[in-house]
Amino acid sequence: MSKPKSKSRRKFLIKAGIGTGLLFGTVYCIPIRRKIAEQVNVAESPYLGSTDDPKIWFEVTPDNQIIFHSPKMEMGQGVFTGLAQIAADELEIGIEQIKVVHASTELGNIDPFATGGSTSINSLWQPLRELAATMRVMLINAAADQLGVAASGLSALNGVISGSGKSITYGEVAAAVTEWEVPDTPELKDPKTYKYIGKPTPRVDLMDKVTGAPIYGMDAEMPGMLYGSVVRPSGLDSKFTAVDTTLAEGMPGVVKVIVEDDFVGVVADSYVNAENAKQKIKVTWELNKKWDDFDVEEAIKVGKGHPIEIQKEGSAEKLLEDGAEGLIQSEYFSPIGAHAQIEPNGCLAFVEEDKITIKMSTQVAEITRKEVAKRMGMDKDEVIIKPTFLGGGFGRRLHTPNAIQAAVMSKAVGKPVKCFFTRKEEFQNDSFRPPTHNVLKGKLTADGKIEAISHDISSGDVMHGSPLLPGILQKIIGADLGAWRGGMIQYHGIPNYRAVSWRVKLPFATSWWRSLGLLANTFAIESFMDELAEKAGKDPVSFRLDHLTETKADIRLAKVIAKAAEVAGYRNEATGDRAMGFACSTDVNTPCAHVAEVSIVDGEIKVHKVTCVMDPGLVINPDQVRAQCEGSIIMGMSAVLYEKMNVKNNALYPVIYGAYEMALMKDAPKEINVVLLENSDYPGGVGEPPLGPIGAAIANAVYRLTGKRVRRIPLRA
Amino acid sequence: MPTNFNLNGQQATTEADPNSPLLWVIRDELGLKGTKFGCGKAACGACTLHVDGKAVRSCSYPVKFIEGKEVTTIEGLGTPDNLHPVQQAWKEEIVPQCGYCQPGFMMATAAMLKEIPEPTDEDIDNNIVNVCRCGTYYRMRKAIHRASQLSK
Repeated sequence: MSKPKSKSRRKFLIKAGIGTGLLFGTVYCIPIRRKIAEQVNVAESPYLGSTDDPKIWFEVTPDNQIIFHSPKMEMGQGVFTGLAQIAADELEIGIEQIKVVHASTELGNIDPFATGGSTSINSLWQPLRELAATMRVMLINAAADQLGVAASGLSALNGVISGSGKSITYGEVAAAVTEWEVPDTPELKDPKTYKYIGKPTPRVDLMDKVTGAPIYGMDAEMPGMLYGSVVRPSGLDSKFTAVDTTLAEGMPGVVKVIVEDDFVGVVADSYVNAENAKQKIKVTWELNKKWDDFDVEEAIKVGKGHPIEIQKEGSAEKLLEDGAEGLIQSEYFSPIGAHAQIEPNGCLAFVEEDKITIKMSTQVAEITRKEVAKRMGMDKDEVIIKPTFLGGGFGRRLHTPNAIQAAVMSKAVGKPVKCFFTRKEEFQNDSFRPPTHNVLKGKLTADGKIEAISHDISSGDVMHGSPLLPGILQKIIGADLGAWRGGMIQYHGIPNYRAVSWRVKLPFATSWWRSLGLLANTFAIESFMDELAEKAGKDPVSFRLDHLTETKADIRLAKVIAKAAEVAGYRNEATGDRAMGFACSTDVNTPCAHVAEVSIVDGEIKVHKVTCVMDPGLVINPDQVRAQCEGSIIMGMSAVLYEKMNVKNNALYPVIYGAYEMALMKDAPKEINVVLLENSDYPGGVGEPPLGPIGAAIANAVYRLTGKRVRRIPLRA
Repeated sequence: MPTNFNLNGQQATTEADPNSPLLWVIRDELGLKGTKFGCGKAACGACTLHVDGKAVRSCSYPVKFIEGKEVTTIEGLGTPDNLHPVQQAWKEEIVPQCGYCQPGFMMATAAMLKEIPEPTDEDIDNNIVNVCRCGTYYRMRKAIHRASQLSK
């Protein structure tokens, strides 16, 4: 079981980069780049933090509890529960004996990457078991010393070590240890003996979350805390040129108005007073260009940005030339999407002479720490980030400029300052899901198989400009790996296929949004697959299966496709006023297929039932994997049926829930049937893959009801 | 002028401006953080609490309207040792993901069940109109039906 991790993605890229130093330019078609892109697409994500010292991961308390300091953030995805299950099994303790907390950066248990990309369980599966097993052996060895018996005669169960007629708890052992010895990594447990891994364990944060415990960044407090508020532009690409703070300074409760080169803020004695004072700050904004929806849609079109070929097999480009005989072509659009997580981005910071303490919801503690340290002219070790639970992440908290702002304001007033976005500011200053334009071309053989297919993906940036990937890597890859996610052709039985990623720089921040490009790219490809199937006169399910090979990835996808069709009882023809739509995709090595059962009610698309079959490999917690599927289906439905940000007069709208339409209770499917396959002994990603196929599954069902192809998100019947 | 009211069974008072939203009095002055800020415009329901047993979106509810009234927040709905049937049902169905919006949903549900003890799916669709970004609606619906059973 304990297979060694594949080589780190970053290490691989750096190595590849050294050999291709001259290729950083703007060359269009370079095999090595394509090779890297293909590797990235199927790479397992390594855990990049230190896993040397089990003691900083596990704190053993005298009352025989283990406090597990997680470097991964709990943002709803259930990672605390999954990690606790993994740790409990190797530690030989009951799950109720583990309390999972977010690791403070001062502890040293820091993840230099981020919580995101559906990588947490996958990346920690091996190291965490090794850490927990090592900790267990450390406790047994220490117990042997303390009891004066041989370690070989001792064993652990439920946090109690016993043997040779004696017994002692982990808590008692730890309390008496002065110096720990870290042994070689012991052998890991036989999977047959797992007590928690693979079992539907209730979430470890359930009680806090049903009783309203103060666990989020918004709830954080420090003695003497004040409230900050920052003036944020409503316009795109705006810089302020003049500020008049006179009126604001005289407002009730105001402690100080702070004018920096890059922001203006006010600190007051309450949230309400800070917000009221902010309204009185007069800021003159300089606009670089006037943008409207039309400009964005024009900018985003395939052909406008910078192209990189990310996938190539055979001669798709030539076969699908303009004017080629039998050419089938369709184009698809997706709009700007907002994160709309309910807890606004925010931060509580306290700057003191020799240290900065920060409590906040962040997906990137290490990056936040570095950014604050740099701005405040301190060493990063002097910045202590105490991460809290996140009131939704979805990529929104991979950018945390608000931490800098809170720190600057705290320093200015000498007290802790809590500062967060208003909802309007969230909607207008989000790092949005970029709009996309996808062009699919294909050609069929006489016997109704795909001879060639190509996919041009044009998107605003996701990876570029993000602090998550060093600039040099962004240059090496050239194309935006976030934007192309889900965009490669996954039907490897097609003899000629090709994918090209077009990068477009937009005048507003676009970035990581749960599943990145997967949502829009899968919508395009899987809609097109149905279009091709129809032209070929084939059933969409068997048509997909016809184009898969005997490779491991293709076999896993084929199994998921077949199972979904079987479980849902997939039919091509509408039954009464309902029809089914089929779609599938593989993301982070997790294949997933949806069958959506849809009707049109008063001109609106209604999703009644979704059957989801997913193969994430080894499942740690079936209940929480199901919860992620249900949530992804509903969030994905929301994004493809309702959500859209508009650019008007250089600003983004709407600025409030409701006007920004999202799925509500009434819209959620009444039935969601999730079936999990486990055709790999390694856990794959879970939090994003089930977002992929939902758009095309719905659009394909709509076509069966109306005969009309819907190629634009939000979908309209 | 102070505003006097009953908060989760205890007498409470605030000197806050009578037009201040109740949410911030509850959260920042009285220190109960279970009632959440989501939008400040009564559009998402994260701040839902009860005033005299009725669901109210406290981010847009001036404190002057609670004079002499009973305010119940999630902290007053039930405790870890004595969960309200709605909380118990939420726990049994394992509803929360990020959990941030859940107190608002639970308060909205508890208020609905007083008026409609055995809601149909349509009743739920019409009355539970808060926003959940994680998409927990599917389990919430099950939990609401379960809470209705547990309340009998």
